Amino acid sequence: MTGGGPDTPGITGAQPDPSQAPAQPGSATGGSTASAATATSGPAEPATAVVSAEATLRTDSRAQEERAAAQDRAELRRASLGRRLLRRTITANESWTILALIVIMAFFTIKAPGTFLTTNDLSLIAQNASPLLVMAIGQTFVILTAGIDLSVGSVLVLSSVIADEYYQHHGAGSGGWLTVIIGMVIAIAVTAAWGGMQGFLVAKAKIPPLISTLGGFGAALGISYLITGGVDLGSPPGPVKNTIGAGSVAGVSWLIVISFVATLVFGLILSYTRFGRYTYAIGSNPEAGRRAGIAVDRHLIKVYALAGALSGLAGIMSLGFNDGTTLTGHTTDNLTVITGVVLGGASLFGGRGSMLGTFIGIFIPQVLNSGLVILGVNVDWQQVAIGVVLVGAVYLDQFRLRLRDRAG
Amino acid sequence: MTKHYGRVLALDGAEFTVYPGEVVALIGDNGAGKSTLVKTLSGTIRPDSGEILIEGKPVRLASPLDARRHGIETVYQDLALAPDLDAAANLHLGRELYLIPFLRVLNRAAMRERAVAAFGELGVSLPDVTAPVATLSGGQRQSVAVARAALYASKVIFMDEPTAALGVLQRERVLDLIRRVRDRGISVVLISHNMPEVLAVADRVEVLRMGRRVAVFTAAQVSVEQLVGAMTGALEVTAALKTASADVDNGAGVSRSGDAGTAGGTS
Repeated sequence: MTGGGPDTPGITGAQPDPSQAPAQPGSATGGSTASAATATSGPAEPATAVVSAEATLRTDSRAQEERAAAQDRAELRRASLGRRLLRRTITANESWTILALIVIMAFFTIKAPGTFLTTNDLSLIAQNASPLLVMAIGQTFVILTAGIDLSVGSVLVLSSVIADEYYQHHGAGSGGWLTVIIGMVIAIAVTAAWGGMQGFLVAKAKIPPLISTLGGFGAALGISYLITGGVDLGSPPGPVKNTIGAGSVAGVSWLIVISFVATLVFGLILSYTRFGRYTYAIGSNPEAGRRAGIAVDRHLIKVYALAGALSGLAGIMSLGFNDGTTLTGHTTDNLTVITGVVLGGASLFGGRGSMLGTFIGIFIPQVLNSGLVILGVNVDWQQVAIGVVLVGAVYLDQFRLRLRDRAG
Repeated sequence: MTKHYGRVLALDGAEFTVYPGEVVALIGDNGAGKSTLVKTLSGTIRPDSGEILIEGKPVRLASPLDARRHGIETVYQDLALAPDLDAAANLHLGRELYLIPFLRVLNRAAMRERAVAAFGELGVSLPDVTAPVATLSGGQRQSVAVARAALYASKVIFMDEPTAALGVLQRERVLDLIRRVRDRGISVVLISHNMPEVLAVADRVEVLRMGRRVAVFTAAQVSVEQLVGAMTGALEVTAALKTASADVDNGAGVSRSGDAGTAGGTS
């Protein structure tokens, strides 16, 4: 911690040891002479000489090391939390995401003063994005394990179909809260099991996540069509339609409340609990997790089940928001959600990312969209822009990973 | 101890002894069975026959967790660290400390403090225990892996080529670290190809060749040539420690089989 600057990969940093200097033959310090001795000691060397040389110099270099270590410890104590935070902020991916969002917002605010960023506008953006955000929470966990979940949109549809099917058989639009909750629990339980099954295929059957969840994507949608006969089901009961879908509490839409609270809760779980830490660890190096005694397979199954359950919750939200099922409306949700998570700084190689990043990443395309509409620019440019940014973000991530590995 | 892989006999009645509080080097040419032997002793693989005694009592090590329960830790060659987690998190991976145990809420401050204390005790200098391990140098990463083993091992730490990937200075640091671990009363089994390094740090050296222990040396009374000789079979000596001529090197197939009786234990 010599000065608390950003980490310098590749440099042994922070050890103010004079012997850190490249060992030059003939250099005066004890440390480097000792190391030169070790370096030259091939099997063919007269080894006794090498060994004795080392022995006499050992005490010297050791004393030096201990001094260095003591210095380091003192520095560590002095290293302020603020400095650590600053470094974190600069190096964290989500900082760049936040910056991007601010730049986009500032641009549109200047270009269209008074129309962009009104409360109404923001609230609408947030409502539209709510089911996506809820799915993105689960997707974040999955991507952190170096996996991917393509099934999210179909699982959303499956959930809304199961719940609405139950509602249509239990009083249709006139069902009460009890009916609503039972339908919800069934739908979320089924989608959690669906996700768990995909997780089983990934963890135990060793089918790559891309394929297991692509299979799940098709199958979940197929089952939804089989249940409904291809025709969207009608209005859910009042509590779903009027409260969850269209109601608000203290002026804030329930959709926003649900999605934001879920993001907060799972963000805390990710950062502060063992479940979150194991998620990072498995994505970072599954073998390390296994050797540390983590039940890696079981954890993966749990993560995919969580993603399924959250898509299930998003299904209920969508059911209320759209006043019925929307069989055809979610075929590209998976791509939207993955884009958001990756824009939020999560690495597709696993181990890196955060819930805050995802939260912001989900909103970038939405805000861009709304801004372009206000400016009267063809909205299709949004897709182009996001596509370019997405590829750029992943390239940067890969670039950084390469730098890091070289540093090792 | 024996172990077959198909028709390949990896361990052919190999024996190995670790005494409390020593650094013992396990050396042997490639394919001599070092890794297999260490894997059986750390619970990763099960031997076909033979037994493991800890403090005189026979034990069965069915998994690395079993070995761990007996106070045996292993530092793998690839370190088994999670590069995106910080040093404190890696140190506690699978053994987290909790703030609210019921909810599995981690006590990050306590883990950080314990990590700083553990590194301090072993003289490991890390810039910041909260920086991802990926940002550390090779030697620092090695130190984290060793410190983790030292934190939990009560009896033995196996280290597979701990200095293989390191620069000269970092190597010195790791060797010092090994000595400090030993000074705390934990035995260290060092697997290494680097003979001068073995002699510099080990108290005893056991030599494995073709799945058998062929020699046991006291490090202070042996030379590199003798070790190499025992490893390659060029020199079949143990007790009679002759001064070998200086030109025996690793590849030299000089036959010295006439020198003395065969060594070491077989079982």
